[in-house]
Amino acid sequence: MDGLVLGAQIADEAALSRRAFLQGTGLLLGFALTGASTESVFAAPASQVVENEVAGAFAPNGFIRINPTGAVTLVMPMIEMGQGVYTSLSMLLAEELEVRLDQIQVQHAPPNHALYANSIIGIQNTGGSASVRAFWTPLRQAGAVGRNLLITAAAKRWNVDPATCRAKDGVVFDAQGSKHLSYGALANAAAKLPVPPTANVKLKNPQDFTLIGTRAKRVDSAIKVDGRALYGIDARLPGMKVAAVAISPVLGGKAKTVDEKAALAVKGVRQVVNIGEAVAVVADHTGAAKKGLEAAAITWDDGPNAKVSSADIVKQLREESQKPGTVARNEGDASKAFAEAVQRVDAIYQVPFLAHAAMEPMNCTVHLQKDRCDIWVGTQAPTITQSLVVELTGLQKEAVKIHNHLIGGGFGRRLEADGTVLAVKIAKHVDGPVKVIWSREEDIQHDMYRPYYLDRLSAGLDAAGRPVAWTHRIAGSSVMARYYPPYFKDGLDPDAVEAAAEPPYALPNIHVDYVRVEPTGVRTSWWRGVGPTHNVFVVESFIDELAHAAKQDPVAYRGKLLGHNPRALAVLSLAAGKAGWGSPLPARYGRGISVQFAYGSYVSQVAEVEVAPDGSVKVKRIVCAVDCGMYINPDTIEAQVQGGTLFGLTAALHGSITFKGGRVEQSNFDTYLPMRIDEVPVVETHLIKNAEAPGGVGEAPTAIVSAAVTNAIFAATGKRLRSLPIDTNSLKSSS
Amino acid sequence: MAITLKINGTPHEVDVDGDTPLLWLLRDVLGMTGTKFGCGQALCGACTVHLDGQPVRSCQTPVDSVGDSAVTTIEAIGQTPQGAALQKAWLELEVVQCGYCQSGQIMSAAALLKETPKPTDNDIDAAMSGNVCRCGTYHRIRAAIKHAAGV
Repeated sequence: MDGLVLGAQIADEAALSRRAFLQGTGLLLGFALTGASTESVFAAPASQVVENEVAGAFAPNGFIRINPTGAVTLVMPMIEMGQGVYTSLSMLLAEELEVRLDQIQVQHAPPNHALYANSIIGIQNTGGSASVRAFWTPLRQAGAVGRNLLITAAAKRWNVDPATCRAKDGVVFDAQGSKHLSYGALANAAAKLPVPPTANVKLKNPQDFTLIGTRAKRVDSAIKVDGRALYGIDARLPGMKVAAVAISPVLGGKAKTVDEKAALAVKGVRQVVNIGEAVAVVADHTGAAKKGLEAAAITWDDGPNAKVSSADIVKQLREESQKPGTVARNEGDASKAFAEAVQRVDAIYQVPFLAHAAMEPMNCTVHLQKDRCDIWVGTQAPTITQSLVVELTGLQKEAVKIHNHLIGGGFGRRLEADGTVLAVKIAKHVDGPVKVIWSREEDIQHDMYRPYYLDRLSAGLDAAGRPVAWTHRIAGSSVMARYYPPYFKDGLDPDAVEAAAEPPYALPNIHVDYVRVEPTGVRTSWWRGVGPTHNVFVVESFIDELAHAAKQDPVAYRGKLLGHNPRALAVLSLAAGKAGWGSPLPARYGRGISVQFAYGSYVSQVAEVEVAPDGSVKVKRIVCAVDCGMYINPDTIEAQVQGGTLFGLTAALHGSITFKGGRVEQSNFDTYLPMRIDEVPVVETHLIKNAEAPGGVGEAPTAIVSAAVTNAIFAATGKRLRSLPIDTNSLKSSS
Repeated sequence: MAITLKINGTPHEVDVDGDTPLLWLLRDVLGMTGTKFGCGQALCGACTVHLDGQPVRSCQTPVDSVGDSAVTTIEAIGQTPQGAALQKAWLELEVVQCGYCQSGQIMSAAALLKETPKPTDNDIDAAMSGNVCRCGTYHRIRAAIKHAAGV
């Protein structure tokens, strides 16, 4: 446990949960357990999420901590930001460890590449819908190792063959069920046993799962309905000050004048910190800090990016996308196929910069001391965050403590550590701990945006309407080149072309290339859905154009191109069937479909829309078919389909960040519009159950929805939308 | 200036400027972090608390405007019948995702149910459209309000 206290509330909670466990164990000692595992073994912990590192007497790997008191703590290598990962990863561990979810508490993992790296991403990052996919096997193995050791410890004590014993709900029983020992009682003995090699441990047959595949309750719900949940922004430390911050409105600019005197005159303001790129007003509370920041009446020297504009960025993309790019895929002979095609279709697609606008604004609390630096923040990238703080402070890695927290919405924003870097730069001038909070306006105007992409597509159709030639050029910023340089090889960004280089359809002559165009004065980054969120819109809209050009039904057309791809065909058929595809609709109503393979999952959606004579679009219903292989928790999947769909739909309907004079033109929820409850369509989920390896679901519905909606708008109005967000002016009825 | 506020039944004497938003008094001065900061402009509802049972956005409520009104926050809403029913429904229907907006959602919903014990969909739209959820838990929020109300 750290020397620093994270605030009285947490300390109390930890003590409470320890007491609860002690009482639970007391109960166990007082009662004669007779083999029935329904009796209370452990009292439920007071909070199922703990912030501080828990030491465990029994800690056979990075994920399991069991104390003699009976406290079972599971260390979560990935961070919870709403996607349900604390529940699904706990289910993987608990299934094999043989504990119930209500018996455990979960702890945010500290940065530790060796213990907690995500094998798909290559570092300890939460993203890419990769958490379940990466930890599906390692966490079950970790749980099985723990269970085997605890059973072995019990068998030793009873002098019986471990193979005759079994474990259930945190208790080991002998063959007759007459003897039993709780995991807590076995923790010290199990800790002394040699840990078997993970590969030697036998995992359960999926038919024997009792937890995986069930609608188990989330472990983080209770603390999120009564205000107890602690996010980074809730960190409180003795002597802590808070800072409101103004960042240069133009990237690369510097503060020119700051009225420090006026700021300091505000009651509660303690200090003004000017680091050039930003100015922070440090105060006793955020109210005073914000008032002080306003009083400081900062003026800026805009620097070299003062003329950045969206118009110029798009112009540059238009020009550079005319040059050939780095080839992502080339099969067959597209040029020859075009020459032989009977019909040619060309199109340009554009998608805008997007902000994340998570509900919890950017924030970070820093306590920088001579020999250590403590960071309280919710981060999707704890090891990257730690490395950057090491670089900034010159401290040893061990001296930089990252106290991770629940994240109030990540969506990729918290893969970046710019908020922590800024906070540390400010903290260098502040004596004692300081919490830096961005306003909503700062959060939206200094986000790192989903790139603006411009795509050029062409297809050649044969007499039967089949796409015998297909070319697709993608132009835009490479997030990968900056973020994971080793994955950016020879000018190719695999993320920027994901779901475009390998569409699910039979395309015998296909050429896909990528042109890297970095916009000046704009920072780009990961956004929920990453590459596919742009490419699926483009590919699925264009396929729809081809179906129309071939005078064929969009579902039937896709179906013919998916004969080789049974899982994609199955979701297409399921979504179309459940949506009542082909049944009559009123005038200016339409249905649209899209299909996607990304993040290891197959998804198809049908959107049903109504376009009013004034052009306004009402999305009535979304039907989503999902094949994500073997699934952990169907309720979580449904929640992700509902939420992920709305996230993508919000962007399709409203989302666009634009630049003028180097500044972002949007600033708060009145100009960067979130979807609200009165705008929400029905969202239905239909799951396909099979035994394939698990796929990711956090981003799939976000990536697929916009094409389903714009294809539905085409069906309703005959107007093809090739750019987002949806331009309702273009949809006005001509009559 | 010294101001006394009645929060969750307990009087608190504080010394801040009168124009300090109630949100920051709760969070930073009193350490009641259940009430969340989302936008600072009354556009998202994350900071919703009750003044004498009426929902207000605490980010736009100066402390000197509170007067003798009783302030209720998410930390104490479970002590009201509506708050308790809603928290139970929230758990039964697994509403939360990131959870950050849910304090405000529950506070708005509790005020709705107090005023309108059997809300229609239109009532829910009207009462809840000031509360933003970026995770998109709206389907379950609507279902949980109905569940709590028994409609």
